[in-house]
Amino acid sequence: MFKDKLKNIALDGTVRQNPTFRLVLGTCPTLALTSMALDSLVMGIAVTFVLICSNVIISLLRNIIPDRVRIPCFIVIIATFVTIVCMFMEAVLPALYESIGMFLSLIVVNCIILGRAESYASHNPVGYSALDGLFMGLGFTVSITLMGIVREILGKGSLFGAELWSFKIGFFASSAGAFLTYGLFIAIFNVCYNAVDRKLKHKHAVKETDAHAEAVAEAQAEAAVTAKEAE
Amino acid sequence: MDVFGIIVAALFANNFVLSQFLGICPFLGVSKKTNSALGMGLAVTAVMVITCVVTYPIYVFVLMPLGIEYLNIIVFILVIASLVQILEMVLKKFSPGLYSSLGIYLPLVTTNCAILGIAKVVTATAVDMDSAHFVFKNVIFGKFVQFGMQMSLGEAVFSGLFYGLGFTLAIVLLSGLRQKVDKLNIAKPLRGFPITMITACFMAMAFYIFSLMA
Repeated sequence: MFKDKLKNIALDGTVRQNPTFRLVLGTCPTLALTSMALDSLVMGIAVTFVLICSNVIISLLRNIIPDRVRIPCFIVIIATFVTIVCMFMEAVLPALYESIGMFLSLIVVNCIILGRAESYASHNPVGYSALDGLFMGLGFTVSITLMGIVREILGKGSLFGAELWSFKIGFFASSAGAFLTYGLFIAIFNVCYNAVDRKLKHKHAVKETDAHAEAVAEAQAEAAVTAKEAE
Repeated sequence: MDVFGIIVAALFANNFVLSQFLGICPFLGVSKKTNSALGMGLAVTAVMVITCVVTYPIYVFVLMPLGIEYLNIIVFILVIASLVQILEMVLKKFSPGLYSSLGIYLPLVTTNCAILGIAKVVTATAVDMDSAHFVFKNVIFGKFVQFGMQMSLGEAVFSGLFYGLGFTLAIVLLSGLRQKVDKLNIAKPLRGFPITMITACFMAMAFYIFSLMA
């Protein structure tokens, strides 16, 4: 039971409801911070942290928060954790904070976090909410970092700041390149997802037809036996 | 006040959607029809102006003297949320026609990063650039420094207005393009979000030309 639920949460967060490519939520940082892979990785981790913490707190308070004022309550809880992340980053990684600080504070209005609070954490127990936050955040982090790696290699000829070669296509580092890369990533992800989905369904169907054939054969055998007995 | 500079920067060169990536969610979500795109754009513009009018004094006269600038995110988001609520009530009471056309977009505006973004931008430029605990040299700030200014309240409100109009321009243009694109026969995996992103990509290229001008 727990294993099934864990598997479901993990698959939902990372693949079936991947916030970046399937739901297309939290698009602003995805577009803005993927020109450098390091920026996107740090952003992903920050979002994951806020997501887990806010999910846990909201889930703990889910029976206390009155339904009519739940959205402002959620926003305040989220804003608190975002402030913590911002202060932490400013103190520990000031150079990085300068380049992504703006989008760190905009995590407050990131639809992924408010969406999970509203649709999951506000009516599920603490443990599952934390796991949901973890896997949703993981899905976001992996997708955004993948995009960052592709855009950095193509646009800047480097990876995580280390130069690979001098060949670079400036277009991919620009804002237009961000839109194009994101669009193509969604398309590719959907093609892969649908292909895998179809295959799984096909497998399932084959299994079912096999089972059906077996059942038919058994029934026939039984019928033959009863026929013999009747004779 | 460099009026022309602010207008060109806000409408084209630093366009909030196409070059700063703020407010992408409504840009993609509410751009299927030109009417709703226009409504959304105007709602964002109105809230942006009011946000500038309110958050700038709060930051400069309340948060800064008390030394609690670090609470700015929480304060801003609460102020914006209540502003939108009040605006909705006022519109409902005094202008039901406008309310019925803008009303459904107003709650969405609260969680639009363009609004919180403009609050951060105008207040970041309000503080002393050398102030030790608020060195804010992100892309947007860098571009403001390019015009060599720290904003006064008037300039903040003015740029809020034009950033809002820049958002409106982008979302209305995209809705027009999307209606044309929808009539084409597009490869199946590209339908929906991907082709919209690619359309936006071409718009971003066109808008990029203006940043070379500035």
